[in-house]
Amino acid sequence: MQQIINFLFKNSILLLFLLLLGISLTLTIQSHSYHRSRAVSSANAMTGYVYEQINKVEEYLNLRSQNEALASENAELKRLLYNTQDTANIPPVKVPAGVGPYRVIQSKVIKNSYTEKENYLTINSGSKDGITKDMGVVSSLGIIGVIENTSRDYATVISILNRKLKLPVKIKKNDHFGTLTWNGKNTGFAQLVDVPRLATVVKGDTIVTGAESTIFPENIPVGKIEKVYVDKKTNYYTLEIKLFNDMTSLGHIYVIENKDRAQIKQLEETTKVDE
Amino acid sequence: MNSTVIINIVRFILLLALQVVVCKNINLFGYIDPYPYILFILLYPVNGNRAGLLVSSFFLGLILDMFMDSGGAHATACVTLAYLRPVFFKFSFGVSYEYQTVKINDRLSPERFSFILISIVTHHLILYLLEIFRFSLILDALIRVLATTVFTLLTCIIIIYLIKPAKQ
Repeated sequence: MQQIINFLFKNSILLLFLLLLGISLTLTIQSHSYHRSRAVSSANAMTGYVYEQINKVEEYLNLRSQNEALASENAELKRLLYNTQDTANIPPVKVPAGVGPYRVIQSKVIKNSYTEKENYLTINSGSKDGITKDMGVVSSLGIIGVIENTSRDYATVISILNRKLKLPVKIKKNDHFGTLTWNGKNTGFAQLVDVPRLATVVKGDTIVTGAESTIFPENIPVGKIEKVYVDKKTNYYTLEIKLFNDMTSLGHIYVIENKDRAQIKQLEETTKVDE
Repeated sequence: MNSTVIINIVRFILLLALQVVVCKNINLFGYIDPYPYILFILLYPVNGNRAGLLVSSFFLGLILDMFMDSGGAHATACVTLAYLRPVFFKFSFGVSYEYQTVKINDRLSPERFSFILISIVTHHLILYLLEIFRFSLILDALIRVLATTVFTLLTCIIIIYLIKPAKQ
């Protein structure tokens, strides 16, 4: 017993080091596994508060570009409105609030990140605004990412510039599906893999979110085809996609909740169990 | 003794704030950020409490991990650097470093330079290998380590020179 205590006493620094190293390595490895959400994230109250204060100052620096973005989005919505049909002919049926599968929550990016291989954003609304894991995040230009962690006031978003994120998307013209990934190299481009060879892909075609996604509504813009490669090993296409969003400058964003998601997921689970 | 503790607490907070508010947003050439916060570990008193250094470096790294969303990479790198610090002291200043009064924040001698350099390289190597976490991208990680080391080294030396008059 005496010897054990002596041993512990003599090597206390080494043991402390190994303990702390063990904790931090566990956190690191856990954060790299795909299915677990990270334990240490910037959604907590302290980091959220600090980032919000920094953002309050930074906001003034890009007021002009944010205004322009909002104005052009307004113009686009007006164009849609005026071009639909004769507004007088629309029957006076309004979609009451709360009906329809999608709910949109307005929010703002308070911390952006794009220099890492696994990028996460922080936004300034959390569970008190009804945000939960796996909701879609879009801006007026296109998709940004998926909600990863939430706290009461803040949430972290796994960006499309993150090697862990894989989203089902499709080519708008001919509805061929593929998976959107990022190779970690250029912040302006993402990669579309697993597009079958029988699909006709043309440079400049638009990529939108697919119908099989339970996170995003269909037909939200993602980007444009920039280059086409043929994957020698699998004989699938790999497409280089130029993203519509400038991921290095993000401001106001929208979080989309799909109210049917739980129902669809549950249905798919039961189907799998039945097989 | 108490003033040393207070100086270290102030240093901890100031370096953390500097890192989060300023250095995180530099993005030189698109991806290089300096990490001068490790000065806390380097400037910790040579004969100070080692357990205290280990625990405080762990929390320094952990808080930074929260801000950077990097899992636990910063914490691992900081704890390892804090543990290996006496080895680097021995390497740079000779075996009997404990009996000399080694002051890091003083005139830049070759010994001090080699100590700061070797510490930064160790820290960045662990940090980027854990952050990128893939062998296929190891070359990319090494390039980042090299570029960031140069930048961090410059920032650290500038900060040491800036705070020196206040210490005297």
